[in-house]
Amino acid sequence: MPATLLLLAACKPPPEGRHPMAGADAAAGRAVVERVGCGSCHAFPDIAWPRGAVGPDLSRFASQTMIAGRVPNRPDLLAAFVRNAPAVVPGSAMPAMPIDEAEARDVAAYLYTLGAE
Amino acid sequence: MTVAVEGLSGWPPPVLDPAGPYAGSVTALTWVLIGMAVAVLLIVLAALYIALFGKGELRRRLGGEKVIWILGIAFPTVVLTGLLVWGLTLTRHLSAPAAEGTALKMRVSGEMWWWRVDYLDEAGSTLMADANELHIPVGRTVEIELVSPDVVHSFWVPQLSGKLDMVPGRRNLIRIQADRPGTYAGQCAEYCGGPHALMGFMVIAHEPAEWARWLARRRAPPAAPTDAQAQRGGQLFLAAGCGACHRIAGTPANGLAGPDLTYVGARRTLGAGILPNHRGTMMGWIGDSQAIKPGNRMPPYRVLSAEQLEAIAVYLEGRR
Ligand code: HEC
Ligand code: HEC
Ligand SMILES: [Cu+2]
Repeated sequence: MPATLLLLAACKPPPEGRHPMAGADAAAGRAVVERVGCGSCHAFPDIAWPRGAVGPDLSRFASQTMIAGRVPNRPDLLAAFVRNAPAVVPGSAMPAMPIDEAEARDVAAYLYTLGAE
Repeated sequence: MTVAVEGLSGWPPPVLDPAGPYAGSVTALTWVLIGMAVAVLLIVLAALYIALFGKGELRRRLGGEKVIWILGIAFPTVVLTGLLVWGLTLTRHLSAPAAEGTALKMRVSGEMWWWRVDYLDEAGSTLMADANELHIPVGRTVEIELVSPDVVHSFWVPQLSGKLDMVPGRRNLIRIQADRPGTYAGQCAEYCGGPHALMGFMVIAHEPAEWARWLARRRAPPAAPTDAQAQRGGQLFLAAGCGACHRIAGTPANGLAGPDLTYVGARRTLGAGILPNHRGTMMGWIGDSQAIKPGNRMPPYRVLSAEQLEAIAVYLEGRR
C-alpha cells in the first residue's frame, strides 16, 4: 500500500526503482556478508556480531550518494566495489574480498536495504 | 561457485554426532541418561495420576509402605548405582593414559581467550608450537595434556570427546580421536571472563599419510618473504612491536603473550576460531580487534595506515 501511494504521489521512487538489482537476492547477500566476515571492519544494522570499526558503519548506506566518497552509488559500481574495492576506487583502504560476481550482486542488493527510505 | 572461505565450516559444532570412539561413549551415555529420565518421569506422572484420579483400592495400594520401599528406595538405589558404575566404566578410557608409544601427544593451554598448542615428542618436549588449531591423523588416539596459566577453561570438541577442565596448577589428560577426515569445531566450555564466548578453535583430521606430510613440512618455518610488499610488512611487524607478544620462528619476534604466528597464514580462522582467515579479516583484526572481540588482550592499531595494514596482512598470509 505505501509503495502504491508513493507511485501515485510520484514524489520519490521506492528504493527498488533507485537501485535496480535484477536477479539479485538480498537475503542471500546478507548470508554472504556474515560468512565472509565483512563485519570484521564494518557495523551492519541487522548483524549483531561482529561490529568492526576499521571501515565505516553501513547503517544508512542505501541513502548515500557516493561509494567511499569517490564514485556514484550505482548498482554495477557497488557490486564491483564490494568484490574488488581498489579496482573501482584506486587506493581504497578496503581490500579485495573472496566472493564471486553473483555473490557480489547479492551483497549489493543487501546493502541497498540498509537505511533505505 | 563459492570462492575459498570455508574457514568456519564445522561451526557451530553438532553435539550428538560423534566422529570417534571417545565422543561415541559420551553420546551413548547421554542418550541412556535421557532415556532413563524420561522413563522415571513417566512413572512419576502415572503415580500422580493414580493419586489424583485413581480408584480407591489402587490409591490405597500406592500409598502403602511396600510401594515406598520398592519404588521410593530400592528402585532409585539400584538404578542410580547401576548407572554410575556403567557410566564410569564407559568413560574411564577418556582420561586413562594410552599404552606407551601408541598415542600422539600434544599439550593445549587455555589462555584468556585463545589456545596455545604444542606438538610433543615421546619425551614430552615441544616439536612444534602453534595456536588455535589442532591437526590430527585419522584413526589414532591423541592424548592431550590440558593446562592453564590463568583461570579455569574447559576443552571441548563435541564430536571427538567429552569436556575436560583446564585447571591452573594441574595437568589433566584428555583423549580424542577422529575416525573420519574433517573439520571439527571446539569451544571453551567453562566461563573464563570477558570474551569467553568468543574462545573457539578447530580440529582438522587428515588421512595418516597426508598428516605425516603436513608434519614434515612444519619441521622448518616458512621461507622469508621475497616480494617487496610482504618484506615491508615483515619490517612493520617488528617495528610496530608485534613481536613483543607474538612469536614467528626464524625471526626476532619471540613474544609469548599472544598466539604463535609462525604458521598463521595456514590457519582456517582468526581471533581463536571466530573469523574466517583472509586478507580482509586479517586487516580488520589487526586494525581494531577490540571492536571484534571486546576485552581481548591485543591492543587496537588505529595508528597504522591502510597501506601498512595491508602490507602486514600480506606478510602474515605468507606465514604458511
Ligand atoms: C579490512 C577491512 C574491511 C573489510 C574486511 C571490508 N571492508 Fe568495506 N570498507 C573498508 C574501508 C576502510 C572502507 C572505506 C572506504 C575506502 O577506503 O575506500 C570501506 C568501504 C565500504 C563501503 C562504502 C561505504 C561508504 O560509506 O561509502 C561499502 C559498501 C563496503 N565497504 C562494503 C563491504 C562489504 C560488503 C564487505 C564484505 C564483503 C566489506 N566492505 C569488507 C574496510 C573493509
Ligand atoms: C600486548 C600483546 C600483543 C601485541 C603487542 C600484539 N598482539 Fe596480536 N594478539 C595478542 C593476543 C593476546 C591475541 C589473542 C587474542 C584472542 O584471540 O583473544 C592476539 C591475536 C592476534 C592474531 C590472531 C591470531 C589467531 O590465530 O587468531 C593476529 C593475526 C595478531 N594478533 C597479529 C598482531 C599484529 C600484526 C600485531 C602488531 C601490529 C600484534 N598482533 C600485536 C596480543 C598482542
Ligand atoms: Cu572460557
